[in-house]
Amino acid sequence: MDSLLLYLKVFLVGGLLCAIGEALILKTKLSPARILVLYIVAGVILSFAGLYKPLVSFAAAGATVPLTGFGHALAQGTMQAVEEKGWIGIFTGGLSATAGGIAAAVFFGLITAMCFKPKPKDY
Amino acid sequence: MDKNKPYSVKQAYQELVHRFTPRSRLAQGCLRAFWVGGCICLIGQSVTDLSHLFLDLNSSEAQTFGSVFLVFVTALLTGIGVFDRIARYAGAGTVVPITGFANAMVSPAMEFRSEGWVLGTGAKLFTIAGPVLAYGISTSVFLGILYYFFRW
Amino acid sequence: MKSVRIGKQTIRFLEKPVILSSAAIVGPKEGRGPLAKGFDRIMENAENGQNSYELAEHKMILEACHKCLEKADVQPETVQAFLGGDLLNQIISTSLSAREMKIPFLGLYGACSTMAESLLIGSILCDGGYAQPVLCTAGSHYCTAERQFRYPLEYGNQRTPAAQWTVTGAGACLLGNKHNGLACITHGTMGRVIDLGITDANNMGAAMAPAAADTLSEFFCDTGKTAQDFDHIFTGDLGMIGSSLLKELMKQKGFDLPDDTYQDCGMLIFDEKDDIHAGASGCGCSASVLSAHILPRLHSGEWKRVLFMATGALMSTTSSQQGESIPGIAHAILLEHIRKEDHA
Repeated sequence: MDSLLLYLKVFLVGGLLCAIGEALILKTKLSPARILVLYIVAGVILSFAGLYKPLVSFAAAGATVPLTGFGHALAQGTMQAVEEKGWIGIFTGGLSATAGGIAAAVFFGLITAMCFKPKPKDY
Repeated sequence: MDKNKPYSVKQAYQELVHRFTPRSRLAQGCLRAFWVGGCICLIGQSVTDLSHLFLDLNSSEAQTFGSVFLVFVTALLTGIGVFDRIARYAGAGTVVPITGFANAMVSPAMEFRSEGWVLGTGAKLFTIAGPVLAYGISTSVFLGILYYFFRW
Repeated sequence: MKSVRIGKQTIRFLEKPVILSSAAIVGPKEGRGPLAKGFDRIMENAENGQNSYELAEHKMILEACHKCLEKADVQPETVQAFLGGDLLNQIISTSLSAREMKIPFLGLYGACSTMAESLLIGSILCDGGYAQPVLCTAGSHYCTAERQFRYPLEYGNQRTPAAQWTVTGAGACLLGNKHNGLACITHGTMGRVIDLGITDANNMGAAMAPAAADTLSEFFCDTGKTAQDFDHIFTGDLGMIGSSLLKELMKQKGFDLPDDTYQDCGMLIFDEKDDIHAGASGCGCSASVLSAHILPRLHSGEWKRVLFMATGALMSTTSSQQGESIPGIAHAILLEHIRKEDHA
């Protein structure tokens, strides 16, 4: 029952973050690229302020899968590394914590480019 | 030419254009983004939970595995030309999750292959995702410096 | 002087240059539209047998040129001038075609207004006796325009309701001073760049409508004609929003533009409504509609007099990113049916 409740929270929080993004795109004419930048920066700031962690404990993937979660991982990695390694952690912490997603995107991007050609739709 | 026109002509035209341009449907767009985005997060959560249970990963590794899985599926769907159809329906529902980040890297990598592997695919991989990394990382470094001195 | 300038912006052609032949090659999506029967060839796919979409566009333009010359039974060596352009940087698709045609070449950039621009300049060359026959072309390709002006094809992005769909198509017309052909060109109006401050690159109809209204009203003033004098008035690719804006702007200027006379090429070429949004665009749009839809009807005499006004949004990605508004342009040419008795 608990996990069912968690899944409900994942769906609601994740969906809500996306719906806010859609409203921003439609209302402010921000391009999707700007939305991505806005979300990641917002995630970093909220996480440093200690406001994002409660959302992650509440909704798990609902808060970590959206790009704000990516920012949160950057921030948490930096803070943790600063605690453990001192000032050098300022530079190493963020990317270490997010290496998985970035490396995957770069690698799969190259592989996909090798295997597929872009196609126009409705052709 | 337009410099000689009084400002009010431009303003009047802007209002006219506003009147003639159909609105995007806000409620419909948000609803679609909501349910598709929610489902993507659900998939992320299930993969995280499953890998935690069956692949013997600790919770932070399992979370990374969930992200990598979503990135992989996005790359595949982008490659076979399905992702942009889903995105056309869902809008921010696919942009905001990590799928949007992955698609933003994979699609220009494919598109600019005709300009070569280095300056085409390799460089253009970061056309849309580059700013995301630039501002995300810089913000975290900047706040990291503050954190180093003040440790709140 | 043979050509007579009338009014501020209009030229009257005394020799009435004739469109000897025309050809249009389009993509598969256009080939499923209502004008399918008029096209000379419909490509099986967007690649057109090439490795890149840029080359596909180049081959499409080249094929339209060859087809047009073939229909007029004219050898490329005898053509004295080649005028044309496309939407790509440095009009590369057309330049590559000119490389193979080996005809003296003047490259034009008028964005989507290129077909009217090339016919206008071509008519001037013919009428003045400077060159004839003259080959006039314009072409665009959805895949090359998307990547240059917008996003990669596989990028997940929602199109706004005002967005237009770039036509994959190329049109070519051969102009000469003979007496029989598809139609003759009697007047041409060179447009001014008009910019009323539209910055939204996804609403090009709105950016171009003021230029269309300006050229059209100048044409009416210069020639003393009204919409009633025409079977049809065609704009290039204003789309749904742009054409209703044009009607409104013309009304404000005191000119009536009846619905049964006024049509937009951008709303004729596709019938699949989803994903097209506000209509078609691209210089291949007006070029292929001219060849497939307008010229055959002028030839048969179904229409006697048509005004063809192609519109262009002259923005670059750089100027757009720098926040500059979109300069609009429109050029018009008056096309007339050639009566049988004139043949002699």
